[in-house]
Amino acid sequence: MNTATRQERWSGYALLTVMAIAVVIPFLSVFLASLQPAGTPVVGLTWPERWSWDNYEQAWSVAGFSDLIGHSLTIAVGVVPASLVLAALAGYALGTMKLPGGNAVAAFFIAGLTIPVELIVVPLYFDLRGLGLTNSYLGVILVEIALFMPFSVFWMRTHFQSTPPSLVEAARIDGASSATILLRILLPLARPSLMTLGLLVFMWSWNQFLLVLVLIQDTTKHTAPAGLGFFVGQNSTDIPTLAAGTIIVMLPILILFVIFQRSFIAGLLQGAMKG
Amino acid sequence: MYVLPAFAVYFCFAVLPALHTAYLSLFEWDGVTLGDWVGLGNYQEIFQDSILRRSVLNALVLVVFFSFIPIVVGLAMTGLLARFRRPGMGAYRFLFMLPQVVPLVAVGVTWRWLYGDDGLVNQTFRAVGLDGVTRAWLGDFGAALIAVGLVGTWVLSGLCMMLFLSGVQKVDSSLYEAARLDGAGPVREFVSVTLPHLRGEIAVAMTVTTVAALASFDIVYVTTNGGPGEQTTVPGLLVYRLAFSEGKVGLAAALAVVLGCLILGIVYLINRLSRSES
Repeated sequence: MNTATRQERWSGYALLTVMAIAVVIPFLSVFLASLQPAGTPVVGLTWPERWSWDNYEQAWSVAGFSDLIGHSLTIAVGVVPASLVLAALAGYALGTMKLPGGNAVAAFFIAGLTIPVELIVVPLYFDLRGLGLTNSYLGVILVEIALFMPFSVFWMRTHFQSTPPSLVEAARIDGASSATILLRILLPLARPSLMTLGLLVFMWSWNQFLLVLVLIQDTTKHTAPAGLGFFVGQNSTDIPTLAAGTIIVMLPILILFVIFQRSFIAGLLQGAMKG
Repeated sequence: MYVLPAFAVYFCFAVLPALHTAYLSLFEWDGVTLGDWVGLGNYQEIFQDSILRRSVLNALVLVVFFSFIPIVVGLAMTGLLARFRRPGMGAYRFLFMLPQVVPLVAVGVTWRWLYGDDGLVNQTFRAVGLDGVTRAWLGDFGAALIAVGLVGTWVLSGLCMMLFLSGVQKVDSSLYEAARLDGAGPVREFVSVTLPHLRGEIAVAMTVTTVAALASFDIVYVTTNGGPGEQTTVPGLLVYRLAFSEGKVGLAAALAVVLGCLILGIVYLINRLSRSES
């Protein structure tokens, strides 16, 4: 009995390890390619003879990835705080107060979870062009906030629904206004939920591609993924530089993922459950 | 009052554009001059034009690779692993979620290279003596769609697996003990204990992955851009192409509406089914 379970245990680990290797090899292979001398034709998984970081310099300065990263950050800095504030306010109201029609409003938000970018991107281009908001980060920021709002509101509403109502009632009896209750009592408690939401919104904003491709057609203003997508069309032969660029585009989100992996994973799994 | 700002942004920049798309879909418009009212003509064209129909079919094929296979893989892993609570899952969890967090464009670029003539995929086949199998995968008429689909399998399998594994953690372990005492083997145990408890998670995984398949754009754009021929064209790609390089805005809008309805319908169906069963 004991040996059987041990065997089963080890085969389980072996299986997990095989899957893990399948996940990691593409990353490893692109990382190793990025360390090869620039311009060399790289075959599959090759260990570099000497580690050269020149490609990163090349990608960073010549191919313009420093600018692309900057643009992506600009957008994320606009999207994340605004999303958190708006979602916290709406989630607070929909989660703790009995509003007339509150459920209908919540359902209206939830319906938005199924909107794909494809469904809204065409008129957005023409409407925002009319407003002078194409090729502008403000336009992208506003649309991304709207696009992530159904999930954000849903997330915060669920959070506030799960806080004990007695907390709010006690404060109300003490004469606190609804704004005070939110600011002084509920928001400090909501910090973990807000942080996870912030990470998810940052990730979605960072990874957004189609929207940026359409709304920012000026390639000098592209974001990191859009720039990478454009770059691959232009320079598909210089594999090492392309690989370095790919790593640079992944890096910010990878760093956040390493630091906050618990919140990220919990958020992704729960987020999927809620979505 | 508190809801208003969120509602306003959501309404103006997501709901209105969606409605506007539906409106545009009734016109034949090049984006510059005045449009002509064609009613449902664009929709008729979608069902008649072979390329447009093809794109919808391709998206449905991708559902197999983005949704069906990852769910089967995830369930198989869960079946094999559910009998133990094992330490060290954190590291695996981290690795399996990795493809979820990086931009799909970067994933696409990576795989485009892995699938290349000298890429890792061909290198592997050569190493095991299967030189005859090697080809430029993304340029091959027979293999391109499958190759693109497998990228989706690579991205989404980890998510399904983690969803199911965390779902199984919530199952009362006494149920497994009881099943074992009743003499249930691993298969029996999986079918009568694990599977019923994962119904919710399976519905969720189906929803998320099917939407990812139907609305796919990033990976396809970067790896094949729809080619060779129309082998890997998906609706997302055509919406972009029709509206912004071919000047058929109305047709693009109609296709977007069809896509939106398809997604909404499937999500609704999955939810209905998972609820009525439980």
